Amino acid sequence: MDGRRRHVIPGEVVTTNSLRPEQNVTLIGKKLISTTVGISEIYDDSVKVIPLTGKYIPKINDLVVGKVISHNSLSWELDINSCYVGFLPAQDVFGRNFSSHTDDLTSKLKSGDLVAMRIANFDRTRDPLVTISDRDLGKIDSGDLVKISPSKVPRLIGKRGTMIQTIESATEAVITIGQNGWIVVSCESSEGLLKAKKAIQMVNEKAHVANLTDQVKEMLEKGES
Amino acid sequence: MGGRESDMVLLDANGIRCDGRRIDEPRRIMIKAGGLKNADGSAYIEFGDNKIIAGVFGPRDVHPKHMSDTDTGILRVRYHMEPFSVSERKNPAPSRREIEISKVIKEALAPAVMLEKFPRTAVDVFIEVIQADGGTRCAALSAASVALADAGIPMRDMVAACAAGKVADTVILDVNNEEDQAGQADMPVGYMPNLEKITLLQLDGVLSAEEYKKCVETGINGCKLVYELQKKALQEKYFQNGGQQN
Repeated sequence: MDGRRRHVIPGEVVTTNSLRPEQNVTLIGKKLISTTVGISEIYDDSVKVIPLTGKYIPKINDLVVGKVISHNSLSWELDINSCYVGFLPAQDVFGRNFSSHTDDLTSKLKSGDLVAMRIANFDRTRDPLVTISDRDLGKIDSGDLVKISPSKVPRLIGKRGTMIQTIESATEAVITIGQNGWIVVSCESSEGLLKAKKAIQMVNEKAHVANLTDQVKEMLEKGES
Repeated sequence: MGGRESDMVLLDANGIRCDGRRIDEPRRIMIKAGGLKNADGSAYIEFGDNKIIAGVFGPRDVHPKHMSDTDTGILRVRYHMEPFSVSERKNPAPSRREIEISKVIKEALAPAVMLEKFPRTAVDVFIEVIQADGGTRCAALSAASVALADAGIPMRDMVAACAAGKVADTVILDVNNEEDQAGQADMPVGYMPNLEKITLLQLDGVLSAEEYKKCVETGINGCKLVYELQKKALQEKYFQNGGQQN
């Protein structure tokens, strides 16, 4: 591990240089302090800590997978594995001509349905507003839900998507990764589905291991023979 | 002023205490991060004969809703002693003492936890004392702090805690049950080691100004020892393999 990346726990000083504090770093006095357990990374002008634990905090433009909890006449509420519930307005699904008198929300999304969506807006004053009006977003009709820790999601994607590409090409599965740690795996062959799920769980459990992509590849190849 | 009458020799001529420790020696401390599957974060501590588990949930929805704060998250702490944690059965209902300790632990953790990042949510800390032997509030606070870090709650610093006290007119580190009962003073100290700030300071007994100063210093030194073990516990859980990440 080079000098720019270091293991830190809350309160540990990452650096005293005057850099911009980003993710999980706070400036106290002249010290840049980590606020969580993770790996600190120092760049030319900023410093951040990649967390190794913690809940999902919504960020604008994140792709997340959620589950419909309830609805009223104008909107749905979705569980997005966070401390806040996702808010999906009916107009986003029905379009501008939506009428709460004539349109029935349950005709599009019912309680328990899985939805792929994007965080459209979120600030500290209200719950995250989500949208499904984009390509590849909307109700998920088939596939299995796999839950992993949100802090392991970057590991599952890998550098430039290498990890997920490895799993997808070896199993021919289609994998939708929500930044909130909820992942939907769909595959025509049940064998591929099982293998893909196993690989995802392996990443979740062994996220700290070096050369994990090779290990996953090996596991997937071994399964084939 | 001088605690209860006791036949026990709390400090002998060689400066050895009733349990064989020197005056500046803490008890054996073991901290383990994690362990509870269903909690978001957890920690187990053995502080001498104290055995304590802490579990953390959150940030999560606040129930009852009226307790939520639109500006910030809230911290709730429950300190509870098991009926079998002491030699005579303890009524499991929350006692006056447990309510007080819950309050002081909450107030000792609050300056460290960055709750303002999660408005309208709550962080719940549950502390169960399985076995008690004096100084449970310090041990509980140290465990709660590790559990919060394990849950990934943003914190400005860890909170380490250790007690100092006075027996036989001598300032000592880490007061045990006998010294607490029969000693002259007991001072639990909670401390943020990197920020160098005290978050908990209580005193039961009478000290001169000089002794008071020395007691605080001794307590802080104890906190620094506890902090190293907290750090080790978190490192063991998260970076055990040398922490190679790619």
